[in-house]
Amino acid sequence: MSSVAAPPEATVAGSEPPARAASPGRPVARFLRRRLAAGLGTLLVASVLIFLATNALPGDVAQVVLGKSATPASVSQLRTDLGLDEPLVERYGTWLAGAVQGDLGQSAVRRAQGVPDAPISEIIGTPLRNSFVLALITMALLVPLSLLLGTLAAVRAGRATDYGVSYGALVLGALPEFVLGTFLILIFFSQLDLLPPVALVPPGASPLANPDALVLPVLTLLGVSLAFCARQVRAGVIQALRQDYVMMARLGGLRERRVLWRYALRNALGPTVQTFALSILYLFGGIIVVESLFAYPGIGQLLVQAVSTRDVTLVQGITLVLAAIYIAVNIVADLIVVLLVPKLRTGLR
Amino acid sequence: MSAVGSTRGLLTPTAPTPAKRRRRFLASGEGIAGLAILLFVVAVALIGPLVAPHALDAPIGPPGAPPGDGAPLGTDVLGRDVLSRVLYGGLSVLRLSVATIALTYLIGGTIGMLAGLSRSHLDPLLMRTVDIFLSLPSLLLILLLIAGAGQSEVVLIVAIVLVLFPGAARIVRTATLEISTAGYIEAAVGRGERTVAIMRREVLPNIAPAILADLGVRFSSAIVLAASVNFLGLGASPPAANWGLMIAENRPIITTNLWSVLVPAAFLALLTISVNMIGDAYVRSLGRSDRR
Repeated sequence: MSSVAAPPEATVAGSEPPARAASPGRPVARFLRRRLAAGLGTLLVASVLIFLATNALPGDVAQVVLGKSATPASVSQLRTDLGLDEPLVERYGTWLAGAVQGDLGQSAVRRAQGVPDAPISEIIGTPLRNSFVLALITMALLVPLSLLLGTLAAVRAGRATDYGVSYGALVLGALPEFVLGTFLILIFFSQLDLLPPVALVPPGASPLANPDALVLPVLTLLGVSLAFCARQVRAGVIQALRQDYVMMARLGGLRERRVLWRYALRNALGPTVQTFALSILYLFGGIIVVESLFAYPGIGQLLVQAVSTRDVTLVQGITLVLAAIYIAVNIVADLIVVLLVPKLRTGLR
Repeated sequence: MSAVGSTRGLLTPTAPTPAKRRRRFLASGEGIAGLAILLFVVAVALIGPLVAPHALDAPIGPPGAPPGDGAPLGTDVLGRDVLSRVLYGGLSVLRLSVATIALTYLIGGTIGMLAGLSRSHLDPLLMRTVDIFLSLPSLLLILLLIAGAGQSEVVLIVAIVLVLFPGAARIVRTATLEISTAGYIEAAVGRGERTVAIMRREVLPNIAPAILADLGVRFSSAIVLAASVNFLGLGASPPAANWGLMIAENRPIITTNLWSVLVPAAFLALLTISVNMIGDAYVRSLGRSDRR
């Protein structure tokens, strides 16, 4: 299904002007332009929200970071260091201008501890990569597994597999990640002694160097999202199996397997992609909790540490980067849906 | 994560009557089982502090001791009685989630009804403003606010409400919009009734099914978010007992006394699962099902 193929609706209906059929890629480009502009707008709104939440609320950052016993001189020194003496609007401008150029400012806590240069963009590099590895492995397992389970449940609607998936979704999807993760630790570490209960990564090492340690974090993230995705795939496939073209294909004597893969599953993919996009977005929250549970040195754990030490500038930097990724993922997911489902493409004027 | 979001078919005249809904709900094993589990967990949380054998912060033995005399579930990481702390630890979980969900619907419901009834630019203005809080992932926004305003129960409640109310406002707006052209609304407007009175007497009773269908999922999110923040150590401060916090505290002694982690985890699991079961059974009693 390439993006250059003309939307079938256009040819079938025959009412479309030939000019449009000749340049079918353009609605997608227009859609992408509009989505990118909206995404930038959202990011700008998010940046204001981030800045206000951490700056307009009561409490002086320098005082909080240094503690109650700090001398007024050291507090005012840190205030000057971090540029806290300037007016709010000006500080927002400086921060945003820096962020656009890849400079997220300095970590307040590390500066307070006497580190001469603590650029946030360097601090978050490795944790961001570690989290990316974790998310990527989870998605790489989630997509095929939920397609398989969901299709299986749809084909056997009303039988044991089906109830397993449906109730699995209800029970596992309802659990907080750390509760599910705790149960997994109790089973695989305390009882079976098979897997390590923590996923430590030594500084400088790759998280992939010790794959055993990644099993439980990935399993936890999968547990919460797999059942949900499988249930959505199941609904999509059941819907598709009811369509006339499936009956036509069956009446035409095609094998059931071919009917399922070529006709039903393919048409069930559209809503399914949106489900997977939702589960990537879910990972943004899930990873924060799972990384803390397994002491995995990712961006989520760094964020929690920054919040508990009230390293406000670091929190700002991490949140802005994650918000940008979050919005980008949303746009990419929308784009994939549009590319996969030609029907939607004709609707994009 | 749930696909609930549409109110279509809930508010039409063909929707099942309350009596029929109740019959369907009670006939489903899922609804009954969910209610029973929820009642049990709520009873433990409410009565627990009254019957706990030990104080919540008094050491009674060595840290991480397995179950034994005087401590049926052993001791925790600081040598305190796990059973007593489990009995104390439910109240704050309930208090947080009930407070957040009440505020969520108070704010989200008011905004949603105002937007749904308004035929002016108030509607898009309100909804765009609400959308601002959806520009960040939920947990991220909560942590951001805690970083800015400090760690306290009030901050946590406000933060969770900010995360949950946009969704509630949208559901209520859609439902209000659907009934806003009904005769009884037009009549009330024609009688010159005040907007607040129309919202309370005409709109609210008629969109109640849509709100209730949404309540289960949102309530369970409130519990999960509050428990997660407590687990991260950014909610209740020690020595307070809280099921989420207990799991984090007792992780180091999981090998010597697994009950100190297993029991609070099980209570949290029962709570969220039962709320979801009830919500699921209620939605299906309305005749709308995302399962079949």
